[in-house]
Amino acid sequence: MALDNDTDPKLAEYAHPERLVTTEWLAQNLGADGLVVVESDEDVLLYDTGHIPDAVKVDWHTELNDPVTRDYVDGARFAEICGERGISRDTTVVCYGDKNNWWAAYALWVFSLFGHPDVRLLDGGRAKWVAEGRKMTTEQPMPAPVEYPVVERDDATIRAFKDDVLAHLGKPLVDVRSPGEYSGELLHMPDYPQEGAVRGGHIPGAASVPWARAAAEDATFKTRAELEAIYLAEQGLTADDEVVAYCRIGERSSHTWFVLTHLLGFDHVRNYDGSWTEWGNTVRVPIATGTERGST
Amino acid sequence: MSELPPQLAELVEEFSEVGPRDRLQLLLELSRELPELPRRYADAADTMEQVHECQSPLFLAVEVEADGERPVHLFFSAPPEAPTTRGFASIMHVGLDGEPAADVLAVPDDFYTALGLAQAVSPLRLRGMAAMLARIKNRVRTAVAG
Repeated sequence: MALDNDTDPKLAEYAHPERLVTTEWLAQNLGADGLVVVESDEDVLLYDTGHIPDAVKVDWHTELNDPVTRDYVDGARFAEICGERGISRDTTVVCYGDKNNWWAAYALWVFSLFGHPDVRLLDGGRAKWVAEGRKMTTEQPMPAPVEYPVVERDDATIRAFKDDVLAHLGKPLVDVRSPGEYSGELLHMPDYPQEGAVRGGHIPGAASVPWARAAAEDATFKTRAELEAIYLAEQGLTADDEVVAYCRIGERSSHTWFVLTHLLGFDHVRNYDGSWTEWGNTVRVPIATGTERGST
Repeated sequence: MSELPPQLAELVEEFSEVGPRDRLQLLLELSRELPELPRRYADAADTMEQVHECQSPLFLAVEVEADGERPVHLFFSAPPEAPTTRGFASIMHVGLDGEPAADVLAVPDDFYTALGLAQAVSPLRLRGMAAMLARIKNRVRTAVAG
């Protein structure tokens, strides 16, 4: 009982328009049977200051990550997280969040690891919804719990581990961090010095395409033509390339993973969630510094 | 551990008495209570110091009175879409504003671990609070020495 797709003409241009909805579509469909809206933010308190009516919160740190091992939750825990939020396997899930949907894209990617069939992103995220003066509330929704099946996580198709990346060297890699992080001048995201690594630079051969290049001023995605100009014409990627995207902990690269997979229709894109906090701290892995890609 | 200023000690106690979920509620309430900037800073944001270690833009100003026990006054600016950062700033404000310089300097650098927020907020984010305290102390030290 998935909801109808958004037929907005801008979205229709993308390879998989069914993965994206506009704020207008969401406003029209709020409260519909079979729809659950999920807010996923960097700031753990932001949801509580006001959210889209009936939206439930999924926190990347306390809920999607395993509390002990550096990994995602397993199928049993994921089933609980969904079930207690009223999400069943056939629910249409729409994710949105702060910071240009970084964490919303990350949540969508984690839902995809579990193969949730219908999970979409709100184009423009929380910022656009707020900027348009649309309804927000602090009222906590009380969804009736439902059954969600225990599904084994598929870590092979859209997720890359360090060893996968080592085996991938020589094939396309996209580094979505800021230019300073890529070159190695910065060991962290500007303004986030606490999440550093002991070595700076990038994975040899990786192209520098900061995630923000895919975003328009209002936090929506750029049009398909604009995205093709960046990733196809300028970077020389093609839709059947095997690509690995990475950043620092995998959230900004989820954004780029979404762009390549769902907006441009690439079939073999994996997100390396270990990203620089793993690579830049790992003994004896190859690293390139400076603005050149470096040889592999 | 040296003694915390009374308001800060009270806050730490409040946080430690409740479970993780209520700790976040407490932090949210504190974020709402962060005072507005006085005019002299609101009109001159460039005179404030940015705390780069915080996940969201946070600006800080420190004033130390010239007389007596040299009471410290703190001013913060952080946007409403950064409630966690505002909450951290508010803890500093409630806990340290008006306290003597010597007592502010005596606050242990790791006092925030006692708030029990690491689980809910992620330890990485919490370091923003450590950085805030370090920068406050630097300013106070400079003011007292000068």
